[in-house]
Amino acid sequence: MTTQGDWRGIATEDVDDVSSQAGIFLRARSRRLLGELISPHRRQVRWLLLVIIVQNLAWLAGPWLVGLGIDNALPALMDDASVGPLIWIGSAMLVAAGLDAILRYAFLRRTGQIGQEMLLTLRRKVFSHVQRLPLAFHEHYTSGRVISRLTSDVDALNELLDEGLDGLLTALFSIMTIGIVLIVLDPPLGLVTMLAFPLLILLGRWFQTNSARAYRRTRETVAMVIVQFVESLGGIRAVQAFRREPRDTEIFRTLNEDNRKAQDRAFWLMSIFVPGVQLIGNLVTVGVLMYGAIRVMDGDMKLGVLAAFLLYVRRFFDPMSDVAMFYNSYQSAVAALEKLSGVLEEESSVPPARNPQPMRQAHGDVRFEGVEFGYAERTDASRERTLAGVNSDPIVLPDLDLHIPPGQTVALVGATGAGKSTLARLAGRFYDPRAGIVSLDGVDLRRLSDEDLRRAVVMVTQESFLFSGSVADNIGFGRPEASRSEIEHAARVIGADEFIQKLPEGYDTDVRKRGGRLSAGQRQLVSFARAFLADPAVLILDEATSSLDIPSERLVQRALRTILADRTAIIIAHRLSTVEIADRVLVMESGRLIEDGSPYDLLAGSGRFADLHTAWRDSLA
Amino acid sequence: MANDLGVSTTPAATPRLGSLKRLWPYIRPYRGLVLLTLFGALGATLVQIAIPLITQDVIDGPIADRDKSGLIPLGLLALAFGVAEALLFFLRRWAMTKSSLAMERDLRDHIYGHLLGLPVAFHDRWSSGQLLSRATSDVSSIRRFVGFSAIFLVVNIVSCIVIMVLLIGIYWPLGIFIAVSAIPLVVTGMRFERRYNLVSRQVQDQQGEIATDVEESVLGIRIIKALGRRGLVFGRFDSRAVQLQRLELGKVKLLAFIWAIFELQPQLVLAGVLVGGAFAVAGGAMTIGTLVSFIALFTVMVWPILSIGWLLASTLEAGTAADRIFELLDAQPTIVDTPGVRERRIGAGRLRLEAVGFGYPDAATPVLHDVDLEIAPGETIALVGATGSGKTTLTALIPRLYDVTAGRITIDGVDIRDLPVSQLRSQVATAFEDATLFSMSARENLTLGRPDATDDEVAEAIEVAQASFVHDLPWGLDTRLGEQGMSLSGGQRQRLALARAVLGRPTVLVLDDPLSALDVHTESLVEEALSRVLVRTTALVVAHRPSTVLLADRVALLEGGTITHIGRHSDLLATVPAYRSILSAESDGDGASQGRPRGDREPSSGGRQMQVEGVRR
Repeated sequence: MTTQGDWRGIATEDVDDVSSQAGIFLRARSRRLLGELISPHRRQVRWLLLVIIVQNLAWLAGPWLVGLGIDNALPALMDDASVGPLIWIGSAMLVAAGLDAILRYAFLRRTGQIGQEMLLTLRRKVFSHVQRLPLAFHEHYTSGRVISRLTSDVDALNELLDEGLDGLLTALFSIMTIGIVLIVLDPPLGLVTMLAFPLLILLGRWFQTNSARAYRRTRETVAMVIVQFVESLGGIRAVQAFRREPRDTEIFRTLNEDNRKAQDRAFWLMSIFVPGVQLIGNLVTVGVLMYGAIRVMDGDMKLGVLAAFLLYVRRFFDPMSDVAMFYNSYQSAVAALEKLSGVLEEESSVPPARNPQPMRQAHGDVRFEGVEFGYAERTDASRERTLAGVNSDPIVLPDLDLHIPPGQTVALVGATGAGKSTLARLAGRFYDPRAGIVSLDGVDLRRLSDEDLRRAVVMVTQESFLFSGSVADNIGFGRPEASRSEIEHAARVIGADEFIQKLPEGYDTDVRKRGGRLSAGQRQLVSFARAFLADPAVLILDEATSSLDIPSERLVQRALRTILADRTAIIIAHRLSTVEIADRVLVMESGRLIEDGSPYDLLAGSGRFADLHTAWRDSLA
Repeated sequence: MANDLGVSTTPAATPRLGSLKRLWPYIRPYRGLVLLTLFGALGATLVQIAIPLITQDVIDGPIADRDKSGLIPLGLLALAFGVAEALLFFLRRWAMTKSSLAMERDLRDHIYGHLLGLPVAFHDRWSSGQLLSRATSDVSSIRRFVGFSAIFLVVNIVSCIVIMVLLIGIYWPLGIFIAVSAIPLVVTGMRFERRYNLVSRQVQDQQGEIATDVEESVLGIRIIKALGRRGLVFGRFDSRAVQLQRLELGKVKLLAFIWAIFELQPQLVLAGVLVGGAFAVAGGAMTIGTLVSFIALFTVMVWPILSIGWLLASTLEAGTAADRIFELLDAQPTIVDTPGVRERRIGAGRLRLEAVGFGYPDAATPVLHDVDLEIAPGETIALVGATGSGKTTLTALIPRLYDVTAGRITIDGVDIRDLPVSQLRSQVATAFEDATLFSMSARENLTLGRPDATDDEVAEAIEVAQASFVHDLPWGLDTRLGEQGMSLSGGQRQRLALARAVLGRPTVLVLDDPLSALDVHTESLVEEALSRVLVRTTALVVAHRPSTVLLADRVALLEGGTITHIGRHSDLLATVPAYRSILSAESDGDGASQGRPRGDREPSSGGRQMQVEGVRR
């Protein structure tokens, strides 16, 4: 029986509460990312500052003109019955209003545009970075978390830009200009107003420290909600068949409630901060009113000035709450950017070649020289251990030497865990060896550009993932520039044409989410056709026929004889029927090659392969 | 009547604010808090209105009379109002936090629970990105609406009216002027609504598409890397992201326009008020103090007017969000208990398929038709057929992941649709061809269907599936597996899925090609252990290999969507050429693909070569 907490089991990687030291580091990192995103728009931002200054002047002219109207135009009208000043002030107000609206429109459009460009850049950056990261990263960083980074974290920045940026610039500028106006209008009253600042700064400090932690927590909890959502709906068949719904609902409730609590905390801080700012503003307003009234009574100041002053004070503190709101969105976005910059900082353990050696046409000469490899556990702890020179990760391939000449078809045979797939992955550079060299045509794979490498070496695995789209799209994935007839030809060669033709819309049939419309065997045929279309010099097949039935497998085998005639191939299969098309068989055991020879020679002998083959024969009944 | 796929949806309604009304059941439990939020907001606004009135009293009273002592009570009053405003502000935020976050949580819980209950056919059609964006960003925009926009829409309209009444009371001609000047705003707002609705819906849909793209690009990362198609995938994502940007810019344009209009209006009105007020003062119709407070009061109204543009946009967004959410919630779970159904005693578990047919609604021909099959208790039947002949579909019908579209399936004579779904699924255990593991401990993954399994039962299941490797994981059975934990090989995953299915001795066991990823050695160990389990259960095993077929007592051959032969493996091998061609061990090489004579049966399912080989033999 499991309890509430232990369902997730123990993993090597968990998010802890960050220490204050790390917190500062994280914030600096996310601010750097924000700066990077803004910097291409620096010139525009400067222009926008000018626009906002003029717009604010137009907006501020309103109260000033009202004050002017009361103190000058009104007496003029009353005493001399002269309408002139009033008309003059009235039309000035109209002009100011028009200017204000036009500039406001221009400003909002430009900031909107900049914001959207920043978001696009960020999306592109994170997406392509994640794509570049090696499988080792993806095996631990779940798809749900990548999705949450690219959706809800980016949204948090969107919110900041949406409601924040324009509000902030406007508000800061209003505060500044009104501050100046207040001091100029009446210095003593202006000073009273400025008393608010020390209080505001204290309040802001308190909010900053607490909200940083609170928002970090919201980002983490929302990611957990998304992970649970995506995973359980992705595996809906298993969920329903095993009546998992109540348990999943319970788990989701817990995570969702955690997220609510985290948000509740952040919102609670807000409900103290924003009214706090308001309270400070109100106290100052009352002070101004009282002190101003006394000064008017004493004749130190005109009534019109006090009226204008009170209007300005209001406009002085209103944007303060905007700043508070912005600050809040900023904290939330910074927490999101912390996560995003973390992903962006993730370095590829399979780094791209710095000065790639061009290879237009590969021959397919594959060589392993003194290759040592073990899967590193990607934890911070192990990273530290690695730094300290201690490496306790189990070694999968201790010391491998192998040469596969161009055009040779090699079958890799051995028990589960012998290291066959590892060898194949190294040949396709999904991982880099810890020691030694894997080379193609004498060039270290690490010195090839990704493009050249992938054109030369293609791997087909037993998981045949299909993308949503048509069957033709999925085959065409092997070579995007291929024509329809080439796609159909590839399918025909592999023997997939027949079932595709029978689909409701043939090659244009939508394969549905993750290829759900096709059976596992059909998906494998499609991924075979895809690899064939890619036309690589080296083809690696890792259990690529496991879900095929015997006739389909036979068809594929027959096709392979033709396909593999002029290319290098590494084939891993439990069904030893594959071996019959191989020129050479390698038997692996605990990461070492223990037998190497032509299938006939090995069969004739009494080694491991002969045993395996007998066992397989028996299994065929 | 729901359609055959088990999904029924109401036709997509045009985006209307009407769907916001449907949110009421989610808001209802928190109506007290919502009222409190409204009260806080209204109160704070009324207090805000009061402060300028005090200003007027100060100007017309103590200042005019040069009475400094008269200032004190008014000052205290202003102070009290200022503090009250902040307190009410706090109250509003607090109540809003409590109510809107709780509502958001409830709505999200409900969506998730509802989605889990929808049939697999629904999930086949909906990309998870679309589901996710509805359960996250759409729910959040409804939260913002309930906690903020709805409240302030009410408050701001109320305060506009209150201020208007006050203004009319102070000096009616100018008050009326202000009221009339609001008409153009209302007209613009209404025209804006339609255009904004459209674009905000497009934006939200596009966000779902992007989420889908991201998910596929991560789940398919091996293929993308294996073929070096990073550029292609990025291009696909990029074009969507650019399209999203384009849509967002359209939104920005509309918003900038509406905000500019809402900002322009009060300023123009202010100019009018000043000029009109000046004449009124000159004509003796009002005092200067009255004019000042009139203007001050009007400026209080500026923010409510300004914000209406923004609130309108947010409300419209919530409307589209609600539309999108109700599209999910309106999909009816069709695979549910029929009314009046009750648990029945299931005995040994005799499984019968009677004239069973199944077709996807968008396909002209059904996948399965007239399938008749009977599996006796303790018997194991292997299901053999060419790739794509409908074997997997057939296995999904037994636990009712899909409902048959013709005929019926019975267990011990009871139509499975007359059993509670949960009882049926507790009797039927399935191992799927793609073994799904979740981010949970190995133990929880194993006991997925039987959380109450004992340690002995777990140990037995592990032994049957030869999955003892779980004990070697860093934390044994407590190690987290799945996407977020240890990554396992295909063979390891398959063995865990098998262990999961045999755990707790289900009455009916459905195994879909359960041994395909295992090496020969492990396979024979699993077969040996599995055969002990199979004698106790009614089992249907999809098989591609002779070795798997040997687990079964009888074999059913699925051809052209129906079962054409049932019999013992050796008999079928001897008498049925089609069967022989599917399962014959010999890969008898080239040449057979030439000159293919027509087989005796329709050449639909198997592929022609097989029959050729059958004939040759």
